[in-house]
Amino acid sequence: MTSRRKVLKAGAAAGAAVFASTLGFPAIVRAQSGAIKIGHLTPLTGFLGALGEYAVMGIKMATEEINAAGGVMGRKLDVISEDSVNPATASTKAQRMLEQDRVEFLMGEINSASAQTIMQVAARNKKLFLQIGARSDVLRGKNCNKYTFHVDIPVTVMVNAAGQALLREGLIKGKRVFSLTSDYLFGHDLSKAAKAFIAANGGTVIGDELTATDTTDFSPFLLKIRQAKPDLVATNLGGNQVTNFVKQYSEFGLPYPVAGFNLNTADAWAAGEGNLAGFWPTVWHHELDTPGSKAFVAEFRKKYGKPPENHAWIEYVSLKIMAQAMNATKSTDTDKLIAYFESQAEFDLLKGRKGYFRSWDHQLIQEAYPFTVKPKGQAKDKWDFLAFGAAVPAANQPLEVINPSKEQNTCSM
Amino acid sequence: MQLFFLLEQVVNGLVLGGYYLLIALGLSLIFSVGGVVNLAHGAFYALGAYASVEIARHLGFGAGAVLSPVAVALLGILFERFILRRFYTADPILSLLVTFGLALVAEQAIRMVWGAAPLPASMPAGFKGQLMLGDFMFSRYRLFLLAVVAAVLGGIWLLLHKTSFGRVVRAGIQRPDMVAALGIRLQPYMTTIVMLGVGMAALGGALFAPIAMVHPAMGAEIITVAFVVVVIGGLGSFWGVVLAAMLVGVVRGITIHFLPAAGEASMYVLMFLVLMFRPRGLLGERIEKFE
Repeated sequence: MTSRRKVLKAGAAAGAAVFASTLGFPAIVRAQSGAIKIGHLTPLTGFLGALGEYAVMGIKMATEEINAAGGVMGRKLDVISEDSVNPATASTKAQRMLEQDRVEFLMGEINSASAQTIMQVAARNKKLFLQIGARSDVLRGKNCNKYTFHVDIPVTVMVNAAGQALLREGLIKGKRVFSLTSDYLFGHDLSKAAKAFIAANGGTVIGDELTATDTTDFSPFLLKIRQAKPDLVATNLGGNQVTNFVKQYSEFGLPYPVAGFNLNTADAWAAGEGNLAGFWPTVWHHELDTPGSKAFVAEFRKKYGKPPENHAWIEYVSLKIMAQAMNATKSTDTDKLIAYFESQAEFDLLKGRKGYFRSWDHQLIQEAYPFTVKPKGQAKDKWDFLAFGAAVPAANQPLEVINPSKEQNTCSM
Repeated sequence: MQLFFLLEQVVNGLVLGGYYLLIALGLSLIFSVGGVVNLAHGAFYALGAYASVEIARHLGFGAGAVLSPVAVALLGILFERFILRRFYTADPILSLLVTFGLALVAEQAIRMVWGAAPLPASMPAGFKGQLMLGDFMFSRYRLFLLAVVAAVLGGIWLLLHKTSFGRVVRAGIQRPDMVAALGIRLQPYMTTIVMLGVGMAALGGALFAPIAMVHPAMGAEIITVAFVVVVIGGLGSFWGVVLAAMLVGVVRGITIHFLPAAGEASMYVLMFLVLMFRPRGLLGERIEKFE
């Protein structure tokens, strides 16, 4: 009898756990009082869910490291991670975290539309939001606010990073470019930046088609690309779309060179061997040859059994950035933290050069990298088919040059 | 030239329709015979894709595409025997709830076993590339996919229309009470129908794994399209589902040709129009037990 009861109990507990995680209840057990509570929102389901999983791994690893070393100002960090689901839910959860969970500040996000709504919650409550992974230009331009700082590179930087490689290959000047654009905030923004870059460098955009974010089959678009016979196919897609597009582009075997202004290493890995081609940008990669990155990658591999994706890295350094700011100001006070960031203090991003938040748009200024694909047969394992290029901008140029200027992306707080 | 481009989209839409058909036909059969709306159908599609990738890793692509649907079909027997069977005569809301719950559990289970990160999957190099028939461009792989769909479709049609098994099933759709009065138990037939239905969904997943992303929510993505196809085609009609699948594929292609952003919305507009003029769907039959 007892064993039967145990089985039932275990079953009920497992059922409850599954139920809780679907509804997005906090998966992380809350620590004792006295800890510094941090609200962390990121998409764990939907078309960005795979990236969110890496995000949680990264922030978890940073939390454990910081707490093992004694925490911040003698207090442990308590990061409450939840699935942000969609823009509406993201804002509801952000509000609840501030009101009920009494978090000191908010972090996270990958989806530009959700980041937008959390930014509004942060401004309304006068609390800091470290916007980690969303890349839309308008977040740090037209819609910027005083309470939000942005860690990931804006789309203009991604366009510049991949664009440098395309210019070198002679694929822009005097060429006809066909684009596919993801039909939401981020895609529109990326398309705008890409068009500006192509026009500035002597190329012509002969077509730019919007695709719904839930597009899984790209065959009708591939037919249109063939009808247009472009010199270059440049994509402004997001999340699952990139992987689906890349797989089907390879399936149809179209002869035109391909490039994209957005790709995360997870999307590239998911494409499968032999499917990815072309030129892409990234904010960080696991083969970066700096002591900091190497140590992080080794530790991550030991913990999770696979290399970190760029969202794992960015969440890891983001929490370290917050820890540095709290230690330096000896405070969790919103105004003091904002003042510290605006002082353009430098942060170790595990890259060749340190980064800093630009005071007028709160954007973290840092290096970016182009990448392409290794020739067939050179991959050591299933993670190893990407060939990463040197950091952009070059070492003799200021970091700011790849970022949008004040005139390009006006932000007034 | 414009006309030619349009024609190319139509042909491509037909090919895509074939793939929708694999998932929608099973859904329609289970609904028609058992009266159960199987919201977990997408979960079997996802399981089929994951199983095929896992098997292909050890035994190659061919083995994955064959063994995965077989394995999922066997799982379908358990699904029918222990879950679906309890709901044939119950309030339809109960079967909706239980299959919806099952779909959520399956998606989370996939996430727990394989992780949220998508699985990489590729096709054998020989399938890659295009085949030109005249001026029409086809993906070689999709032509292979179409051949498989045609074979499966032919098999199911023969089974339903040329065997005693099929006669009982078709009678069971219309008059289960008469079938029972003749001393025939419908349950073993239902088991077979569910097995075939989820097996087809799994085959769809296995065949689509090399060209679309294999991720935990893929089942939820496909179930909506499958439902639209079933609703447009109408219940109880084999050819209705076939026609609807092709129509959805073609309408999507044409829409993307003229108005790319509306591509994914086109099927819902089509469904709306069909339901306005034919509430039972294009070829739907009047089924007494559902009236």
